Amino acid sequence: MHELPITESILKIVLKHAEANGVRKVKTVHLKIGRLSDLEDEWIQRYFNYLSKGTLAEGAKIGIERTPIVMRCNGCSGSYEWELAKMDDVICPACGGKGGTLLSGREYTIKEMEVE
Amino acid sequence: MMAGIRLIEVKEEILSDNTKTAGQIRERLRAANTLLLNLMSSPGSGKTSLLLRTIEGLKGSLRLGVIEADIDSVVDAEKVAARGIPAVQLRTGGFCHLDAAMVTRGIDALDIDKLDLVVIENVGNLVCPAEFDTGAHRNVMILSVPEGDDKPLKYPLMFSVCDLLLVNKIDFLSLSDFNMALLRERVLALNPRIKILEISCKTGAGIEDWIAWLKGEAAGFNV
Ligand SMILES: Nc1nc2c(ncn2[C@@H]2O[C@H](COP(=O)(O)OP(=O)(O)OP(=O)(O)O)[C@@H](O)[C@H]2O)c(=O)[nH]1
Ligand SMILES: [Mg+2]
Ligand SMILES: [Zn+2]
Repeated sequence: MHELPITESILKIVLKHAEANGVRKVKTVHLKIGRLSDLEDEWIQRYFNYLSKGTLAEGAKIGIERTPIVMRCNGCSGSYEWELAKMDDVICPACGGKGGTLLSGREYTIKEMEVE
Repeated sequence: MMAGIRLIEVKEEILSDNTKTAGQIRERLRAANTLLLNLMSSPGSGKTSLLLRTIEGLKGSLRLGVIEADIDSVVDAEKVAARGIPAVQLRTGGFCHLDAAMVTRGIDALDIDKLDLVVIENVGNLVCPAEFDTGAHRNVMILSVPEGDDKPLKYPLMFSVCDLLLVNKIDFLSLSDFNMALLRERVLALNPRIKILEISCKTGAGIEDWIAWLKGEAAGFNV
C-alpha cells in the first residue's frame, strides 16, 4: 500500500550512489525485502519507472530478493524459519515451544546495483 | 562498443532517512521529558473514543497533547481540541501512514515543554503504519471485538511492533464468537513481550487499567 514513498526513497539512494560513482546509466537495482512486508513488486517497478524519468536510473530494472522470516524460540533459544501464512501459530520445530521473537523478516535494504 | 557493466555495493537501508529522523524525535522528546505514544488501529476501532476517555482519565495528572493524522478531515482534532487539549491536525494528503518527518511537523506545533505525554492518532490502517517508525517511544494498537480474533494472522507485523494491545468494544463480546483466549495465544506467539488489556470505550470497562498503564510508563520515563 505504501509502495510510492518506499520507491521515492529507493530512487534517492540509487541516484546518490550513481553520482558518487560517476555512473552513466543504472541497469538493475537489487533489493532485499523481508517476507513480512506486503510490498508488491509490480508496483515498485511501475512507480520507479515513473519517478526515474529523466534521471540516470531511467529504465532500470528492480530485482527483489525476499528474505525469510526467522524466529528465535522462547523456550530453547534455537532459531528457525517460518512462513508468513502460519504466523498465528508459531511452533519451534526443535522443542515444540510455542511462539518466538522475530529475528528477521522485516528487511528493507538496497543490496547492490548494476551500472554502466 | 559495449559499455562495461559494473556492480556497485549499496547496502543501505531504504528507510534510513526515516529511521534517523525518528531517532531525533525520540531524543528531543526525551530531553523534554515528554513521552510520545503512537496509537494505531483499523478505521473505526475506537482511537478517537479512547483519546476522549484518556483526556477524562488523566485530568489533573499528566499533561496531554494530541497529534491527529487524518486522510482529509479535521473532525477528530476538533473533538479533542473542544476538550481543551492541545491538538495538531496533520493532513496526510492521501498517505496511508505517518512518517517521522510528518510527526516532526506535529511536534513543532506543540509546546512540548509543557506536556508530559503526546499521543499520535495514526491513520486507520493495520498495514502501513507498522512499517514506518514515527519516533514514538511506545507503540500501542487497538483491536476491536467486531474485527475478529484472526487479525494477528493477517497483520503479523503490526502485532509484533506494539508494546500494548488494547482489545476494545468488549461490550460486544456476548454478541460475537470472538475468542479472547485464542486471541491472546495468537498475539503472544507473535510478540511475547506485548501487554494486553481489555476495554470498552462505551461502558468505561478497563479504562482505569489503561490509565494506570499510561501513568506507569510516563513515571518510568521521567526517572
Ligand atoms: N459499542 C462500542 N462502540 C464503540 C466503542 N469504542 C468506540 N465505539 C464506537 O465506534 C465508532 C468509531 O469510533 P472512533 O473512536 O471514531 O474510531 P477511530 O478509530 O478513531 O476511527 P477513525 O479515526 O475513523 O479511524 C464510534 O461510533 C464509537 O462510538 C466501544 O467500546 N463499544
Ligand atoms: Mg479517529
Ligand atoms: Zn525451541
